[in-house]
Parts: sequence; structure tokens; C-alpha cells
Amino acid sequence: MTHLIIFLVFGALCVAGAVNLLVQRHPINGALSLVVVMGSLAVEYLLLGAEFVAAVQVIVYAGAIMVLFVFVIMLLNAGEEERTKGSRVALLFGIPGMLVGSVLVGWILIERTGSQTVAAGALPGAPRTIGWLLFHNFLLPFEVTSILVLIAIMGAVVLASHPDADQGKRGN
Amino acid sequence: MRGRDALATAGGTPALLGPALLGNDALNITTFIIVSFIKTVLALLVLLTAVAYTVWLERKVVGHMQNRWGPTRVGPFGLLQPLADGLKFLFKEDLTPPHVYKPLYIAAPMIAVVFALTSIAVIPIGNSITIGSLHIPLQITDVNIGLLIILGVTSLGVYGVALAGWSSNSKYSLLGGLRASAQMISYEISLGLSLLGVLMLTGSFSLRDIVDAQGGTFWGFIPRWNIFYGGQFIAFFIYLMSAYAETNRIPFDLPEAETELVAGYHTEYSAMKFAMFFMAEYANMITVAAVASLLFLGGWHGPIFGPPLLQSVLPIFWFVLRIFGFLFVYIWVRGTLPRFRYDQLMAFGWKFLLPLAIANLVVTALVVALRA
Repeated sequence: MTHLIIFLVFGALCVAGAVNLLVQRHPINGALSLVVVMGSLAVEYLLLGAEFVAAVQVIVYAGAIMVLFVFVIMLLNAGEEERTKGSRVALLFGIPGMLVGSVLVGWILIERTGSQTVAAGALPGAPRTIGWLLFHNFLLPFEVTSILVLIAIMGAVVLASHPDADQGKRGN
Repeated sequence: MRGRDALATAGGTPALLGPALLGNDALNITTFIIVSFIKTVLALLVLLTAVAYTVWLERKVVGHMQNRWGPTRVGPFGLLQPLADGLKFLFKEDLTPPHVYKPLYIAAPMIAVVFALTSIAVIPIGNSITIGSLHIPLQITDVNIGLLIILGVTSLGVYGVALAGWSSNSKYSLLGGLRASAQMISYEISLGLSLLGVLMLTGSFSLRDIVDAQGGTFWGFIPRWNIFYGGQFIAFFIYLMSAYAETNRIPFDLPEAETELVAGYHTEYSAMKFAMFFMAEYANMITVAAVASLLFLGGWHGPIFGPPLLQSVLPIFWFVLRIFGFLFVYIWVRGTLPRFRYDQLMAFGWKFLLPLAIANLVVTALVVALRA
């Protein structure tokens, strides 16, 4: 019973945060709504008994990635976004599209799993288990992802560096 | 999260709450809630008092280091100064400058102080005490990912500083907030990596397990603290330096560098809102000191002697003594070192601490693998 209440409260908070992310016009408010989504997702993971995943969700997503988002918004001093004709069109097609999409996903999930429930802690969630899974069963995807991230970092370094400016400095 | 723990502890292991209550789950939960409530209130009171007196200690110690007396007027040795300061903060006019973004301007100090005070929930201060048939662990809640919770909560504390800087709508505040978020993100990596060595040696995220693993001595007389036994002294210094940066203390106090940024992210704050940032900073210092003691210096382990009452109090005393030592070093460093330049800060974090932390991690992993 307690589990159900906590699930409903944080599930509602998660959806509300996600909707607020779309509705808000200021990027900082959007980023903070996303933090709320991440936090409530972490609580849902905790309910499934995946305490390690929940903690990592908070540390990595809410604590690091979203801080960088806020940092970039602050650095660029981004203001409120403007409503244009294009955004009105997106609104017109976006909302029905989103509704159809989410209903479809929900329907498939219910169809696949039926009314089965999972007891708290029934799925593997301990750090040891997750480490084992990552480095044995999912070693290839894990390594491929790390190479992908490495390429992204290299790309960012190349984009951020100004080779011309460096040469100028050396000349002087 | 706490509710789930309450259920797990009260429903799953009723033995914890004494044999007299066995078999009566409702009563168990009630007892658990009452005990937890008392523990939470006590911990908060002690923490807030400690925060107030850390400020006093800092003013006093820095004063003596600079050939001054520090606070002397309010009470003997200025001991009532924190109380006077608190009253002053409460009764001062709470100015809100025009053109601030109000919701976040008000929320930012609350975010900072709430996350700074939350981490005390998982910090154990001693083994446990027994009152009647109740066996009470000296910790608000013992979760098996205690260390991760502290890391997560402190990583969320950045929002308080960053949003305060942004919502104040002042260039000094904005620069302070920007510096704070960049600095905290950068040093969080070395901080986390420096803790991994200890985690590998212990094989647990539970702070209680980590302390329990450090009991006893080796070679006859050296305590089995992680700083000696596991060879984690490099990790200890990496942790200490990153923690100074995480708590925005000198020599890493660039987010509030008063010679450049007036007061950095809290320039536009006054009265209690300013005091909340202050409280958050000192509470974070205490948390950092507690984590350093638990992970590297054997937590509450120390010589235990004397009558039973003294025996049950001594572990807490040893733990508090360590925290006091760390706070003193914090203040000592503040009285000694000048501030870094910003590029030096970034170079130090990324080019020195991070490679050193990774090297320490690899060596520790090799040693642990060879021992196993």
C-alpha cells in the first residue's frame, strides 16, 4: 500500500515535471523541471529495489549533467524563447502526436506484461550484480558506448579549440 | 526513501527493536517512527549548534593567527556570539533587490541549506546504545548505499549556489554562480575517484561497514585505518583537496572571492537568506570532515577504557575529536594560504588531481586483485 502511494505520488510528479518542461518558456525553468523528472525517476528505481541505479541517477543526471545544462544556460545568458508561427504549428501537431505515441507505448507495455507485478527487490539491483552484468553480459555495448562518448569528447575539443588563434599566439 | 527503510527495518527485522515488541508490527513501526523522529530532531539540533560554533571557532582561531582576539564581548570568550549573530540575522531587514527572478531567488538559499543538512541522515556517529529493551544504532538511518547518498545530496547542493548566482540578476553574482558550478563539477570527479579506493578495500557502500572494517591494528601497534593499512594516504589528500574545493573554502573560494566579486553568488542576499548560505557552507564542512574521518581515519575507533558509561561515550568522543581536527585544519589553511587564480584552480583539478586519483585507483585495484 505504502509502495503504491509512493509510486503514484512520484509518478505524478515525474509526469508533471515533464509537462512543465515543455510548457515553460524560460530555459532555466525547463532545466529545473528536468531535474525534478530525474529525481522522481530515482525514487521509482528505489521502489524497485535498485538503490544503486537510483543513487547513480541522482549523482550523474541530476547532480552532474543537469548542473552542466544550468551552467551553459547561465553562461549563454539565454532569455525566454519566443513563440513563432512555427512553434504554433508544432503545438498543433505535436500534442496529438505525443498523445498517440504515449497511448501506443502504454498499450504495448500493458499488452506484453499483463497484470503481472514485480515485488520490491526481486530484480537485481545490488552494485555487485550490476557490475557483473555490465562487465560480462553487456561488455560489448558498454565498451562501444564508452568509445562513442570518447569520440563525442574529442569532437567537442576540436570544436572548442581555435587553431588559428593558437597560431597567432605563437607568432607573437 | 526513509519510509521504505522504516518498513524494511520495522517489518523485516523486528529483532532490532527488542524481544518485548516481537510479533506486533504496528507497535514496532510506531516505536521506530518515534525513535527516528527523536534521532532526527537531536541530530539537527546538534548539527545546527555545531555549525554556529564552527563559525565562532573560525573567528577565534583566525583571530589568534592574525594577532587579534576574535569575538570577546558577548559572553565569556565570546561564546554567546553565535547566538547574537543568529538574532541579528533574524531581525535584520530582508531586502530583495528589484529585477531578481523571485521564485528562484527565494528558493536558492533553501536548496543550499536543505541539501547541506540532509546528508547528516546517513552518517553514523558510533556503534549503538541500549536503553531498556531498545537497541538504538547511533545513526538516523543505516542504508547500504550511505556513501552514494552523501555524494548525491552534496552534488545537488550545487544548484543552490548556481541558481542564487543566476537569479540575483547581478554580474558579480552570476560570475560567482558560474565559477561555483564549474569548480564543483570539476572537483567532484577527483573526489569520487579518491573514495573508490576505500570502497574497493571494503567492498561495501555502507558507512557502518566501512568503519567496522577499520577496527583493530596491524604489525602490533598501527591502527588498521584505511589511510595506513590500505595505503590510501594519496587518496586521503586528494579527497581533502577536492573537498576544500567542493565546500568553496580558501584556497578554492573563487565563487565568493571578495577582492574580485564583492561576495560572489550571495552578493544580493541579506538577513536570514544570507545566513542560510553560511549555514550550508559550514554544515558541508562538517559533513566533509565526518566522511573523511569515517572513510580514512577509522571513524569512531579509538582506545576504550573506564566504567561502562564512559565506554559507551568514548567512541562518540573520538569521532567528534576527528571532526574537530578536520575543522581546525580547514581554519588553519584559511589563515595560511592565499587564493588560487581561476586558471590555476582548473589546471590543478584536471591536470594534477584527476590523473593522480586515477593512478591511485589503478594501483589499489591491482593490489586488491592480487590479494584476492
